[in-house]
Amino acid sequence: MINLELIFPEIFLSLSIMFLLIIGVFKKESSRIIQNLSLIVLLVTAVITFNETIGIEKRYLFKESVVIDYLSSFMKIMTLLAAFIVLVISSNYLRTFKIFKIEYPILILSSVLGMMIMIGSNDLIVFYMGLELQSLALYVLATFNRDQLKSSEAGLKYFVLSALSSGLLLYGCSLIYGFTGSTNFNIISNQLSSEDYVLTFGIVFVLVGLAFKISAVPFHMWAPDVYEGSPTSVTLFFTIVPKIAALTVFIRFLYVPFLNLIDQWQMILVFLSIASMLFGAIAAIGQTNLKRLVAYSSIGHVGYALAGLATGSNEGIQSSVIYITIYILMNLGLFSCLLMMKRNNEYYEEIEDLSGLSKNHPLISISFLIILFSLAGIPPLAGFFAKFYIFKSVLEQSMYFLAIVGLLSTVIAAFYYLRIIKIIYFDKEKEKYDTDHSLWLKFSLTFSTLFILAYFIFPSQLIEFVSRINII
Amino acid sequence: MTEIGLGHYLTLGAIIFSIGVIGIFLNRKNIIVILMSIELILLAVNINLVSFSIFLGDLSGQVFTLFILTVAAAEAAIGLAIIVVYYRNSGTIRVEEINKLKG
Repeated sequence: MINLELIFPEIFLSLSIMFLLIIGVFKKESSRIIQNLSLIVLLVTAVITFNETIGIEKRYLFKESVVIDYLSSFMKIMTLLAAFIVLVISSNYLRTFKIFKIEYPILILSSVLGMMIMIGSNDLIVFYMGLELQSLALYVLATFNRDQLKSSEAGLKYFVLSALSSGLLLYGCSLIYGFTGSTNFNIISNQLSSEDYVLTFGIVFVLVGLAFKISAVPFHMWAPDVYEGSPTSVTLFFTIVPKIAALTVFIRFLYVPFLNLIDQWQMILVFLSIASMLFGAIAAIGQTNLKRLVAYSSIGHVGYALAGLATGSNEGIQSSVIYITIYILMNLGLFSCLLMMKRNNEYYEEIEDLSGLSKNHPLISISFLIILFSLAGIPPLAGFFAKFYIFKSVLEQSMYFLAIVGLLSTVIAAFYYLRIIKIIYFDKEKEKYDTDHSLWLKFSLTFSTLFILAYFIFPSQLIEFVSRINII
Repeated sequence: MTEIGLGHYLTLGAIIFSIGVIGIFLNRKNIIVILMSIELILLAVNINLVSFSIFLGDLSGQVFTLFILTVAAAEAAIGLAIIVVYYRNSGTIRVEEINKLKG
């Protein structure tokens, strides 16, 4: 008898999605109710995940095709909480654009369900199904403002490139299946023989597909366009939530079945990481649109997270997990600021619109300052520690070149973050923005800013939990 | 007469896969062609999986194929819907005219 309570969170979430859809069909004007119910569902799922799975060291379900361990429970809870905050702060934005519909929370819930399946997967089929459930919901979310040309173009581009990447990933899966005889990660790892060069092809194809999903260079070309075109609340969702799931899959795919082939994939990861860090830093310099800038900065940050994975050590994995956690909080703060730049029912997203913000809105400006300093990696803010752990684990494996390139690109990236701060504090002021923000928006900005500020006082809680993650 | 073996199926799969990928990058005319190319890629994967499954004597490849077919149908439906939405806003689905977002 298998322990069904271990996948109780996924069961609960999928049943609630169907239930909410039925309410949406039969009740008129129900978008508000469904929004609130979805928030409750996300919280309840997080609580169930916490109760049922936290503290379980490693348990397999369904003939070892699903795995529950520290990594999966931590990442699932993070996904759920991040999705909760994204959903709760996006309602005002959606109302302004008159796209506050029942589909929005339901699509977010279904993509979260897909991510949870991805995070727990230990089998190529389960992994692929989770990935597709997530991407299909994300295609629609990118197009959500469907009367706007930019949004529909973003959705179209995302669809084409993402479907292509799923195709490449699947081709890799088929090669891996053919040359190991199984889709299960544990069995694959027992069947490996390092002479099989076809397997390397398979790994490369799957890595290309995954790199597309987390927008690592050279497979990043969709990110700036999609981030700029989608509605800002969806961009916020794109920048933080799918990255958690994709990074977990990266970890599991590389370290469970293919740990013995580390010589063959390590160079690929080092290349992805260096290219993303450098490109993210350099290409962001000329940008004028804040959402585009965030896209490039997220490409750069993904590069740092991949640097931790390239080390091939447990410390590297743990530092990447910490990095992605802190990155999520920083981006949450940044987007809360962006969502506050609203005047007369219009949202502003150019960098110029920030000029002289400090005169009229000192509090928002100081949060901006803290978040941008943290993104640039200036001590003693949280972003510095995130980078510090990564570099520490990279240096422990004596990968000096990777560390040097990482440090250099941090310096380059600091330029464009500092430029925004200069524009906020020293340029000519513009008209005042609205100040009637929702309570949740204020809460998420305050929370993320305080976390970034105070992280260096209590770093041990996060480290203590993450240090239990043991993949190798 | 030569016997048709695993290699032949894999070559067929690789050729169809390449046609799909090249079709996406070389096509400058119509988005529907891109949709067809994506479908070709998925079909190539199916050929691979089924032939591996037969030659390995293991069923999970064919199960995987059924899942892929289902997902491909859903993907095509969403893709067409997105194309319709795009066409309503811009009045064209020519690939070279999809360039409002750049920089």
